[in-house]
Amino acid sequence: MTTATLLAGLGAFLASAVEMVEALTIVLGVGVVRGWRSTLIGVGAAAIVLTGLIAVFGAALGSIPIDSLRFVVGALLLVFGLQWLRKAILRSSGYKALHDEDEAFREEQAAAAAAGDERRAGVDWYSFTVAFKGVLLEGLEVVFIVISFGAAQGRWGPAIVGAAVAVLLVLVAGFVVRGPLERVPENTIKFVVGLMLTTFGTFWAAEGAGVDWPGDELSLLAVLAFFGAVSWAFVWALRRRRVGIAVTA
Amino acid sequence: MRYVRSFVGFWWNFIVGDDWRVAVGIAAGLALTAVFQVWWLLPPVVAVVLYASLRRAVRA
Repeated sequence: MTTATLLAGLGAFLASAVEMVEALTIVLGVGVVRGWRSTLIGVGAAAIVLTGLIAVFGAALGSIPIDSLRFVVGALLLVFGLQWLRKAILRSSGYKALHDEDEAFREEQAAAAAAGDERRAGVDWYSFTVAFKGVLLEGLEVVFIVISFGAAQGRWGPAIVGAAVAVLLVLVAGFVVRGPLERVPENTIKFVVGLMLTTFGTFWAAEGAGVDWPGDELSLLAVLAFFGAVSWAFVWALRRRRVGIAVTA
Repeated sequence: MRYVRSFVGFWWNFIVGDDWRVAVGIAAGLALTAVFQVWWLLPPVVAVVLYASLRRAVRA
């Protein structure tokens, strides 16, 4: 198994885990208050749409030459990954609030209890819509990552297996805990995923532009270490700045 | 037309997010990499783009 295969599987696993934790909070919040039938129909419908997206885009991207594909996918992944990394750095340094699953769960429950009761064809449309939208929007980021990793590597196995294992783990954990998974270190995971997306995006986009990396796929580890060190330095500098402003005030 | 605009808007917001300058910086870095054909150029460009974006976010 190569470095890129391992990292791609791990990246898809972590991204999928953290997004599914957020989707689980939404689904639990609605399901507990309004019942499970319509909520689960919404979850199933979103899962079908997400699987369809992977199948359609996967097949379409398979016909594009690998170098052009790596250039475009790498550039998109890089811009997308920098969003994750920027937010994670701002959260770690205290400039952005941490995501609180317990609070999100309570807000979802309150909204579900306050919503009206509209039933059509035996389906509670509020439960269906909230569960469908929640799973679809959280899952879309996972689909984007799986498609990018699969298409740019020309190997779909690691990314799909990584994402699928994460979905199963979160489902089992949610069933066991029967509540939001607030102990999952979401920001740390998002930090790591942001680093991996930025690393893969840089590697593939440069390769697509015609550059040969020294040591080929092994240089992924060096690029990852570089972005890790840079991000850690940014967190350290921003924390100091924040403390300095607080002391001055 | 409204649907096309909201479709494009959704994907723009999904991939680029709230700082379009990041996408412009990355495009410039990739153009330079393609012209000079050197592997070491893109990582520092990405670091500078990230620094500039964080600076704007903190000041805002």
